[in-house]
Amino acid sequence: MLAFIVRRLLTIIPTLFLVATFVFVLVRLAPGGPFDTEREVPAEVKAALDAKFRLSDPISVQYKDWLVGAVTTGSLGPSMKYHNRTVEELIGMTLPVSMELGLWAMLVAVAIGAPLGVLGAVRQNTWKDSVAMAAAMLGISVPRFVLAPLLVLVFALKLYWLPVARWESWRHLVLPVICAALPMAAYIARLARAGMLEVIRSDFVRTARAKGLSERVIITRHALKGGMLPVVSFLGPGFAGLLVGSLVVEKIFDIPGMGRYLVESVLNKDYNLTAGIALVYGGLLMVSNAAVDVAYKFLDPRVELDR
Amino acid sequence: MSEEAPTPGIAEAPVPDTRPGHPAPEQPSVHGEHHEAEKGSSLWVDAWKRLRKNRVAVGSGVILVFLVALCLIHPEVTAYPYDKTALETGATPPSWAHWFGTDDYGRDLFSRVTFGGRVSLAVGVLATFISFSIGVSYGAIAGYFGGRLDALMMRVVDVLYTLPLLVFVILLTAFFANKDTIFYDWFVALLGLFADNPKDPEYLPLFKIFFVFGALGTMSWLTMSRIVRGQVIALRGQLFVEAARSVGVSDLRLIFRHLIPNALGPIIVYTTLTIPEVMLTEAFLSFLGLGTEEPLSSWGQLVSNGVESLDLNPWLTVFPGLMLAVTLFCFNFLGDGLRDALDPRIRKD
Repeated sequence: MLAFIVRRLLTIIPTLFLVATFVFVLVRLAPGGPFDTEREVPAEVKAALDAKFRLSDPISVQYKDWLVGAVTTGSLGPSMKYHNRTVEELIGMTLPVSMELGLWAMLVAVAIGAPLGVLGAVRQNTWKDSVAMAAAMLGISVPRFVLAPLLVLVFALKLYWLPVARWESWRHLVLPVICAALPMAAYIARLARAGMLEVIRSDFVRTARAKGLSERVIITRHALKGGMLPVVSFLGPGFAGLLVGSLVVEKIFDIPGMGRYLVESVLNKDYNLTAGIALVYGGLLMVSNAAVDVAYKFLDPRVELDR
Repeated sequence: MSEEAPTPGIAEAPVPDTRPGHPAPEQPSVHGEHHEAEKGSSLWVDAWKRLRKNRVAVGSGVILVFLVALCLIHPEVTAYPYDKTALETGATPPSWAHWFGTDDYGRDLFSRVTFGGRVSLAVGVLATFISFSIGVSYGAIAGYFGGRLDALMMRVVDVLYTLPLLVFVILLTAFFANKDTIFYDWFVALLGLFADNPKDPEYLPLFKIFFVFGALGTMSWLTMSRIVRGQVIALRGQLFVEAARSVGVSDLRLIFRHLIPNALGPIIVYTTLTIPEVMLTEAFLSFLGLGTEEPLSSWGQLVSNGVESLDLNPWLTVFPGLMLAVTLFCFNFLGDGLRDALDPRIRKD
C-alpha cells in the first residue's frame, strides 16, 4: 500500500515538470514585458530592472536557474510587481485562504449533494427524484458569478442577514462557501444518483435483500460504499475546479485568496508569480487525483492498484 | 424522467383516452413501439419518439429555438441598438420602453442582452465545433489503428487530463489575444476576405472573441476523443467493416464514412453537452475581464459589469445572468434528454 502511494506520487513529477516548463516558456513568449509601462522609462532603469530579474539572459539560462532554485530551495523567484516580495511568500499568504474556502465548500457540497443523489436513486422515478435532479440541473446551469450576486442581493443587501464581502468572521464565510459549493453539490448529486442506481441493481445487494435486511441497512451498510465511487473520483478534479472556480468567488466577495493573484499577475505580466501560481494549481490537481486513486482502494477492494 | 406516467392532456398520446379521469396507461405506447420495431424502424425514428415523450427536453428545445431566434432577430429590428448611448438618462430601471432597463451609458439592456446572446451562442457553437472536429478525428484514428499508436495517443490524452487546462486558457487569452501576435495576423488575413479594412481597431474585440473560442475549442476535445475511441473499438471488429475493407475501401474513408457515422449517437449527445460547458467558460473568462470587450457584449461580460453596481442597479446583473442561466439550463436538459433517447442503456452520468 505504502509502496503504491509512493509510486503514485512519483508519477506526478514528470507531469509537474511538463507544466512548469510549459508555463515558464509561455509567459515569456507573450508580447510585452513586466516593466513596459504607459510612460517612458529611462533606458538605464529598464536595464537595471531587467538585470535584477535576469530578463536579459537567454531563456534557457533563466529556465535552468529557475528550475534549480525551485527544486533545491523551493524558491520560485521574486515577484516582479510586488517589489521585495518573493513568489513563495505571496502564495504562502494567499493559498491558505483559498484552501480554507475550498475545503469548506467541498464539505458543504458533499453534505448537500450526496444525500440528494442517494435520495434520487432510492426513490427513482418518483417526484422526489424529479425534484432532486431538477435542482441539480439548476445548480449545474447557474454559474457562480450569477449565483453570487443574487445571494448577495437577497441575503446581504435586502435582508441584512450577512455581510456583503470580505474575509473576517464566520459570518463572512457563509455566502462565499455556499456560492462555491452549490455547483459542485449539483455534480455530486448526479454522480451519486448514477452510482447508487448501478450498485442497487448488483448481485450483492440482491443477496442482502434476500437475507431479509431492512432497506435502510442495505443502503447505508452495503450500497453506499460502492455507490459513492463516482463521487470520490470526481472529488479530485472537483477540488481543483473548486480552486479555479473560486477565482470568481474571491473576486466578488473580495477575499484575499490566490485566485485573485492569478488573474492580476497574468495581466501585470508578473512572470514569476504567474508561473508559481500555475505550478501550485497543477500540483494540487495532481496530488488530489493521486489521493483519489488511493481512496478508491479503500472503498472498492476489487480495484487493482498496479495497473 | 421519460418513464414517468404520462399526465392527461399530452398531445402525442397515441390512443385517445375514452375514460375521463383515467389517464391512458403506458401500455398502448409501448405496444406501438414494439410494432414499429418489428417493421424495422431506425434508431433515429425510435430516438425521436423517445425524445418527444420527454416533455422537459422538448420544452427546453422549444425555449432554445425561441432564444436563438430572439438573439438573431432582435438586434436587427430594435429601435435601441446595443451600442446607442443616452448619457443624459444614465441607468434606468426596467420600463415599457426598455424592458430590461438601461445601463450607466443609457444603452438599452435588452438589446445588449440579445446582442450578447449572439456572441455567447456563437462562441459556444463554434468552440464546440472545433473541439468536435479534433476530438472525433483523434479518437477515431486512435481507436481504428489500435496498438502502439493508440497507446501513445491515449497516453497524451491522459497527461492533458491532469493539466490545469482552465489556467492555461486564462494565460493564453491574457497573453496572446492582442495585436502583436501571429494569431492576430491570421485573424487579419481571414477578415480580409470579408471586410475592406481588416486592420481597423474596431475589429479588435472581435479578434479577442475569435481567440477565446479557438483556445476553448482546442482545450475541450479530450472527453470526446475518449468516447469516440471507445465506440470505434467496439465497431471495428464488426462484419460491415470487414466487408468494406474487403472491397478495398481505404482506412481514412472507412473511418470517416463508415465508423464515425455509426458512432453518431454518443457524439451528438456529448456535443450538446459541450456547448453549455464552453459557453460557461466563455462567460467565466469575460467575467474575469479576459473575454469579450466593450462596446461588444456577452452575457458573462454584462454580469461582470453589472456586479459593480449591484446595490444601485440590480437589474443590470439579474437579467443577463438569468438569460445565461436559462440557456445553459435548456442545453443541459436537452442534452440529457438526447442521451436518454439515443442510448437508453446509458444512465445519467
